[in-house]
Amino acid sequence: MKGFPEAARESLQDSQLRRNLAHATRTIREKRAGVVGELPDWEQLRDAGEAIKDRVLLGLDGYLEQLEEAVVRAGGQVHWARDADEANGIVCGLARDHGVDEVVKVKSIATDEIKLNEALATAGVRAVETDLAELIIQLDHDEPSHILVPAIHKNRAEIRELFLRELDVDDLSDDPGALTDAARRHLRRKFLDARMGISGANFGIADTGAVCVVESEGNGRMCTTLPEVLVTVMGIEKLLPSWRDLEVFLQLLPRSSTGERMNPYTSFWTGVREGDGPREFHLVLLDNGRTATLADETGRQALRCIRCSACLNSCPVYSRTGGHAYQSVYPGPIGAILTPQLKELREGRSLPWASSLCGACYEVCPVKIDIPRVLVHLRGKVVDDERDKPVPDPERLAMGALAKAFSTRRNYERAQRLGRAGQFPFVRRGRIERLPGPLAGWTAMRDLRPLPKQTFRDWWRERERVP
Amino acid sequence: MPPVAIRVSLVSAREEVLARVRSALGDSRGREVEVPRGYRSRDESSRAQVVERFAERVADYQATVRRAGSGQLAAVLAEACRERGASRLGVPPGLPPDWRPEGVELVADEQLSPHGLDELDGALTGCAVAIAETGTVVLDGGAGQGRRALSLVPDYHLCVVSEEQIVGLVPEAVGRLGEAAREGRPLTFVSGPSATSDIELSRVEGVHGPRKLDVVIVP
Repeated sequence: MKGFPEAARESLQDSQLRRNLAHATRTIREKRAGVVGELPDWEQLRDAGEAIKDRVLLGLDGYLEQLEEAVVRAGGQVHWARDADEANGIVCGLARDHGVDEVVKVKSIATDEIKLNEALATAGVRAVETDLAELIIQLDHDEPSHILVPAIHKNRAEIRELFLRELDVDDLSDDPGALTDAARRHLRRKFLDARMGISGANFGIADTGAVCVVESEGNGRMCTTLPEVLVTVMGIEKLLPSWRDLEVFLQLLPRSSTGERMNPYTSFWTGVREGDGPREFHLVLLDNGRTATLADETGRQALRCIRCSACLNSCPVYSRTGGHAYQSVYPGPIGAILTPQLKELREGRSLPWASSLCGACYEVCPVKIDIPRVLVHLRGKVVDDERDKPVPDPERLAMGALAKAFSTRRNYERAQRLGRAGQFPFVRRGRIERLPGPLAGWTAMRDLRPLPKQTFRDWWRERERVP
Repeated sequence: MPPVAIRVSLVSAREEVLARVRSALGDSRGREVEVPRGYRSRDESSRAQVVERFAERVADYQATVRRAGSGQLAAVLAEACRERGASRLGVPPGLPPDWRPEGVELVADEQLSPHGLDELDGALTGCAVAIAETGTVVLDGGAGQGRRALSLVPDYHLCVVSEEQIVGLVPEAVGRLGEAAREGRPLTFVSGPSATSDIELSRVEGVHGPRKLDVVIVP
């Protein structure tokens, strides 16, 4: 895996991407600001949202057992998965048991996280993404670049060409309405005949056992209503203690996410309901690094996230690099603290530095995740982790040398003398623009001022000598 | 010889995940968190203002809003159907008798297949609760609302809302829906017709859910 700086460099060279991103992030940012400004009690809602999610996290084991009991009581089945492989095994097993070779899917980042579609393909099951943007991504074998609008890096002409190539259409204009209509016709056949649906979940309600999907297009309703069998993959942190708590989150989420007062459709179902919807419901509760994240007292607040993507749109880094640079299904500021934690620092180690720590993400977060604080905390964890490596890297060597130089006056002055002598080949027109070897990274982004001929200390000593 | 008991020493995923949660939380496990609920929980506006706001906010979503005086409902429904060119509507069990628009064929939804629903011009339903602040109608599958597929598959949703069903704020609606939620009824919050902004963020009204939504408010 590349580091963030290398991956970002590629994205930054794509001028089309930068234009699309600038437009998208600005538009959603402005819409969000408008509808958030309408509510006089927005800050109180954020305080409540933060506290409810903290309550969930600190009592997670009890709430999970409560949810399980309620779902089972309502005729659903609950499965537990320690990791991605286990979750995929459960879903593939269900597909096999029901003899289906195609499933319809609602956009779900949890299933992207575990690479469920690939696992299903290996098991001979085609997963059809039904969210318009996810469909575009899937048809083009691409990767999502934004939590809310995953195909934001593509323009209408590209989508038209893709649909002409992949969908059964003769002629098509590049008007978004016409493109949407083509997708509607393509997917309608799939919905009406689907035997198994797969979804994620925005919320699971511990006291009633209800599971909730928040969406706009109606594909979520189709997938969770029409098939005989419904399988929902839900991260264990997506719980709310009680039905009442929705009075907070049904205000926080749509306004933060799409910048609407309310999204077109929000669906709740509890187990199975005679004569209404699927006859079989399976809920897969997914850990996959969440309990490891929970163990970190500072980092665990990342699990409050309700995937609204407001932090992406407000981030000066994300709005230039886009999502692909983060190389994770969770991009942007939240991804920078979630990915390394879910992967227990095995991946995404450069992500905590993919931020200027400006704090705009914290400002807009509906559940008040202090992202800058967690970023700094994770930087510390990565550095501590590096310290334990047997072979030190150049940064550690440089820091070691600096520590030594600053430890005594004598060392400091000696280092200054050495520096003054050693810098001579690199000084050009009064600046150091390029340093050699492992030090080149420092000057790649900035010029250095050379050490002056006379330092302050030299000057002071000289001044003392003057009678 | 007694049967040999085979001990499976593997811990189940359930036990392991729960154990991981408990060990991750350590001392902080179960610590009570006070939830400050200082947000608005009641809209103090007058009934007329609440109804008016609901009508405005629904219209903001490109849905059509009509008002029907007492005794006028069937005629207003018929007019809406005429304008939308809908001549065959699916209806749920328990539709009140005075909701039957003239000149429109009403097809009872007795477990029609998805394809059967797809052949209808639209669906006529009531709702459980409506929210003024967000322009939302909520269906809970109760009398006159039908199952979820009915208001989903047909391309046109005609929804009747009575004034007393309209509340001001989201918390009021969540409160009113508490019983339905505890009974485990499926709930659908509908705010305007289906929509997408997935292509260059330009908004398209009408994707998979009904592309047209009309709301009729009755006293």
